[in-house]
Amino acid sequence: MLILNCPYCGVDAEETELAAGGEAHLKRFGPGSSDDEFHDYLFMRENPKGVHFERWRHANGCGKWFHAARCTQTLEVFGTYSAQTTEPPQEIKDAITAKRPGWSWREFS
Amino acid sequence: MSEPISALNHASYEGIAKVEECGLQGMITLRGDLSDKVLAKAVKDATGQKVPGQREAFVDGDTGVCWMSTDELLVLVPYAEVEAKLAAMTNALSGTHALAVNVSDARAVFRVSGANAREVLGKLAPVELSAEAFQPGQIRRSRLAQVAGAFWMDDAETFRIVCFRSAADYAFKLLKVAAQPGSEVGVY
Repeated sequence: MLILNCPYCGVDAEETELAAGGEAHLKRFGPGSSDDEFHDYLFMRENPKGVHFERWRHANGCGKWFHAARCTQTLEVFGTYSAQTTEPPQEIKDAITAKRPGWSWREFS
Repeated sequence: MSEPISALNHASYEGIAKVEECGLQGMITLRGDLSDKVLAKAVKDATGQKVPGQREAFVDGDTGVCWMSTDELLVLVPYAEVEAKLAAMTNALSGTHALAVNVSDARAVFRVSGANAREVLGKLAPVELSAEAFQPGQIRRSRLAQVAGAFWMDDAETFRIVCFRSAADYAFKLLKVAAQPGSEVGVY
């Protein structure tokens, strides 16, 4: 059972109250981009065993989207943070480094 | 003019707790910047309450205001006054980036009361409902089995539950089953 703290309403919401929104921090490649970039944007997703960043929505709650950093292997949650950002905040990165030294995920580490 | 009737027209059930459909309740969904002074005054004029903080609910009878999210409030007013209150609110907010809509007829309201009220709700919602964690003055939006619902406490043994009117029958049946005689769990 996954329990995430919603950064908007401060509730410790369990999985059935949330809706998964796939991978976080995707950069959109739209009109004007190359076919390869567009292909990667549409189809290429991370599938790590370990540190992962995801989007979640507090669907049966405040209805807001937020980001979560967690470990896919142990279900450990490193933290949740606002959706209004293009990269994980430093305190989330620090929390992950404390538990998983040397981690990397896409361009973040 | 046809006579407005609530979803289950005051249906009730007595088990380990009393479950009642509360009848018609005026409800206005108000979205906007909750720190805005104009919005705060509109809420004050409609309900006499200040703007609630995170997960707070200031409700007295059928008047009050509940925090729904960072940019949304649920304003409760008597059913007969909802059009007048909404007009006053819309007028007050005309120069502000905010939206107020009458959702009274889209909702159903239930009351669960009695010493086992926490148990009944605890069976349906994935929420910590111990007396330390959930108190009168707080609101929680969650789910009741498979439908969305929000609830707050009127006093230490009474919950008021709001759900969509289309799910009223489902919600009432859920509450009835959760309140069956002899189904006490004894957790809370």
